[in-house]
Amino acid sequence: MSEPQVAPAAPQTPGFRMIRSLGAIAMLSGLLVVLVFQYTKPIIAENQRVAIEKAVFTVVPGASQRIDIMLGENGVTVSGEDEDEDAGEKVYAAFDDQGNLKGVALASGAQGYQDIVKLLYGYDPECACIRGIKILKMTETPGLGDKIAFDPAFLKNFEALDAGLNGAGDALAHPIVAVKAGKKQNAWEVDAISGATISSVAVAKALERSMQRMAPLIQRYKQELSRVGQ
Amino acid sequence: MATLPNREEKLSLDTFVRGLWEENPVFVMLLGMCPVLAVTNSTMNAIAMGLATTFVLVASSTLISILRSWIPRQVRIASYIVIIATFVTVVDYAIQAISLDLYNALGAFIQLIVANCVILGRAEAYASKQRLHTTLINSLGMGAGFTLALLSLGTVREVLGSGTLLGIQVMPENFEPWVVMILPPGGFFVLGAWLLLFAWLKQRRERRLLEQEGASNAG
Repeated sequence: MSEPQVAPAAPQTPGFRMIRSLGAIAMLSGLLVVLVFQYTKPIIAENQRVAIEKAVFTVVPGASQRIDIMLGENGVTVSGEDEDEDAGEKVYAAFDDQGNLKGVALASGAQGYQDIVKLLYGYDPECACIRGIKILKMTETPGLGDKIAFDPAFLKNFEALDAGLNGAGDALAHPIVAVKAGKKQNAWEVDAISGATISSVAVAKALERSMQRMAPLIQRYKQELSRVGQ
Repeated sequence: MATLPNREEKLSLDTFVRGLWEENPVFVMLLGMCPVLAVTNSTMNAIAMGLATTFVLVASSTLISILRSWIPRQVRIASYIVIIATFVTVVDYAIQAISLDLYNALGAFIQLIVANCVILGRAEAYASKQRLHTTLINSLGMGAGFTLALLSLGTVREVLGSGTLLGIQVMPENFEPWVVMILPPGGFFVLGAWLLLFAWLKQRRERRLLEQEGASNAG
């Protein structure tokens, strides 16, 4: 048995050389990341603004301006840079060119088949109904569940989905529910997509949950909301 | 990886083409399978992922080649990872600035380029030993090979799985899309089919060579 061949030992690298190299590389990296971050930050913010705006204008037909506001028990506050959690929930009030309130857009979400389905929907206080939805984020099965984002028959459910209040004005008169495909009879029911029942139910649930809480508030502060646009 | 040179390589056409064909990172070396299978469900995603990976590969290999005599052996892997992670962060911000839709479609796989073994493999096996210009050309070739591989999966999967190519309808109206193709199993099917094709081509070439030898020996 001979000793295994050992390569001649490399000359020891002094510790400070390693620290110097690693330190210099880390500093260089940090500098590069900061430069890129600074350069892209305004562009990314602008992209996000455009994306939200586009989504808001899709779900509120006829709108061309938006103002972010916080809506809570204490009324309406125009949301500024630092958002106050106590002021309520963020809603996007959408106005037309003349500054008339066309509707409000709200974000909501519910558990779908694989993950949370996040969506934005438009509520019209005039007809007390939902005017449109847009799926923001989902991981539903392609070809089945993901139809909730683009299936024309399904999206037709949300052109005038009833979300009227009850007599006391503190909750919906009828809960928004999903029914089996083709079984829709009332204006507050959502026709599910056959083969995508769980995803359809998630959409209805997201709307129901958010509307139960927000529809009474929106109706109560309707006047203040329209004044924001003036 | 048998032809991998340990001495400094002379720049030739082969430096570039090797990455495309002979040592294609996906079809031959089977490296970086995670993004290959995960984001190739559409052509656009495949192109974006390929370009992003190519950028990180070229930029980090170049920098590593420049600094190669200056990085002590003991801390080389740590240095490579820091350099790669930096360029991945740069790409991450760049894609967000170019298109948010694309960024959302690619999801976590942009950040996961850090862990792509094609890049660390190139850094360790090539860039740390070779001069700047050969490294540049070689990593460009590898990046192009990786992009080509993603594209060959992405186009097949999009055409069969959605009936479209780059979002444009290419299949007839009555074509029922094979949904499985845009799901993860579809990635494995298509990758398997391509590997089969490449293995068959290689085998056929070897057999031809053997036959030729036999013929010349007999004659």
